[in-house]
Amino acid sequence: MDRKQMDRLRHLMELEFVAIELNLFLDTHPYDRRALQDFRAVSQELMMAKSAYEAEYGPLLNFGLGGTSSSPSWEWINDPWPWEINWRRG
Amino acid sequence: MWVYQKMLEYPARVRTCNPRLAKAVITQYGGPDGELGASLRYLTQRYTMPIPEAKAALTDIGTEELAHLEIVATLVYNLIKDASINDIIRAGMDTYYADHDKALYFVNASGVPWVAAYIQSKGDPITDITEDMAAEQKARSTYEYLMQLSDDPDVTDTLRFLWQREIVHFQRFGEVLNLLEDHYSHQRVFEMRGWDPTAR
Repeated sequence: MDRKQMDRLRHLMELEFVAIELNLFLDTHPYDRRALQDFRAVSQELMMAKSAYEAEYGPLLNFGLGGTSSSPSWEWINDPWPWEINWRRG
Repeated sequence: MWVYQKMLEYPARVRTCNPRLAKAVITQYGGPDGELGASLRYLTQRYTMPIPEAKAALTDIGTEELAHLEIVATLVYNLIKDASINDIIRAGMDTYYADHDKALYFVNASGVPWVAAYIQSKGDPITDITEDMAAEQKARSTYEYLMQLSDDPDVTDTLRFLWQREIVHFQRFGEVLNLLEDHYSHQRVFEMRGWDPTAR
């Protein structure tokens, strides 16, 4: 995986983490308006960033939930899989 | 239902091959206080919770624990993948290797395989959530011990992320416990005071 793709994936992971954290908070604070607002904002940003990433590098989700690309092949199976990515420093 | 996202929750990183460290870290894969137990415990307790906040929290935290399971697997996989047979033997991982090569299996740091007795799903929601809070503390402590054992700064960084998440989960379960106590303290029984069914 080249540096550019790694950086874009890294950005997605950061957005996703914020969404997860807010999701857990909202589960026990379902009427917190501020948290709901924040969740909706990060969700939106996450979905757009994910769409853009998938259009270029292939789907991140299976079972029909991933973005479709114009590739003639089934990209879902492509390497690297997450445990194989070497997050190089600097 | 579950869907898999082809992306780790956190960039798990390993600096050098280290089967000795892998042998310790694997306890959060298949050990008593590890991520497999946590995810199965929460995902199975959720069916009998009486309030939606509890069903949601157990579902979502249980799902996040599966993501953590994947991170621990990534650490162990990368810590041993380049090890020579001599490295494996010197690290005391030869007994594991005999049964599993370099594959991932659910054992604790001593090689004891995972067992369902590590978890309970008692049905009583207060009992279950109290167990969950204890589980998060046990996991937190285990990550602290693993960080002490780690001489790899990248592994330590990943362990610290997982340690932080346990603390957050503990907080969330505490909130669920409060919500359950509120739920049970609301009067739902309407008494007929003075009614004597034996009177004629």
